[in-house]
Amino acid sequence: MNIVVNGEQVNCDDDLTVSKLLIEQKVKMPEMVSVEINGKILKRTEFEQTLLKDDDKVEFLYFMGGGRWA
Amino acid sequence: MGLNEQQIERYSRQIILEEVGGTGQEKLLCSKVLIVGAGGLGAPAGLYLAAAGVGTIGIVDSDKVDLSNLQRQIIHHTGDVGTEKVDSAKAKIQAINPDVTVQTYQSRLTAENISEIIRQYDFVIDGTDNFASKFLINDACYFEKKAFSHAGILRFDGQLITVLPGETTCYRCIFRSPPPAGVVPSCSEAGVLGVLAGVIGLLQATEAMKYLLGIGELLTNTLLVYNALEMEFYKAKLDRNPDCPLCGSSPTITELKDEQQPVCDLKED
Ligand SMILES: [Zn+2]
Repeated sequence: MNIVVNGEQVNCDDDLTVSKLLIEQKVKMPEMVSVEINGKILKRTEFEQTLLKDDDKVEFLYFMGGGRWA
Repeated sequence: MGLNEQQIERYSRQIILEEVGGTGQEKLLCSKVLIVGAGGLGAPAGLYLAAAGVGTIGIVDSDKVDLSNLQRQIIHHTGDVGTEKVDSAKAKIQAINPDVTVQTYQSRLTAENISEIIRQYDFVIDGTDNFASKFLINDACYFEKKAFSHAGILRFDGQLITVLPGETTCYRCIFRSPPPAGVVPSCSEAGVLGVLAGVIGLLQATEAMKYLLGIGELLTNTLLVYNALEMEFYKAKLDRNPDCPLCGSSPTITELKDEQQPVCDLKED
């Protein structure tokens, strides 16, 4: 199936979960990424069981703040 | 109030715009924008909003100008090194446009003082460089129902979103809470391309002007992500999150608190 990850077409297996996609896409520090599918923010606890569907639009969103803590 | 001849000439290029006109210009002159952080993002935003004739600009910063700031914080000049950033910024704004009243707050925003300050403004620009402040601004603007622009920059990347609290996606809808200390690199550790601060800071200023004038489409429910190397602007559409701890259906954050620095529980590798 085909999905769109951050605007780019990605061809992937049919039984792909969000957790697996994070690994496949080599996302550094997946604990720090917010994931959104078709406009909806996913709970972190849903990464394991959420299966991606054909044509899903997935966004990986990263913290960007200058990064100093305080 | 009416514009005098000098003002009509000074602002002629934007008065000529149908969407602005004399009425819009008068609106800007009566408007108040708070810029939190007179740094990379706040510097270009402050200069352009001043030039555009935003009547009152508030600037919050507790730091002094450092030599390493000058590569991107263009409101500060070489001779300002060692002086207070708020004083340096105020001087430049007044030199550009004497129509502008500048309020300075030489302090850090905290849960104690932030609400009182932002209450006096129409729009807030988050130009801070740290997560504690970004979450505090998001929360305070929510409780005060104050529109604001959030932005962050790092290396060659930048991102921003405009938030109309209670109506559109907020920062906590996307990121529930700050990352543990040390996990996300800072500009001082990872660097930042100077012009990036200008690009993103001016997009924030653009949102402020659109909001004040009531024109165009605001960057709401959308995170704009910019990469300078690929020269790519990307819009991630984001619905409000019903599980948002702040603006969701059963919020857990019901009053303003300073974020405590979370302990870093991630494996080092
Ligand atoms: Zn929210």
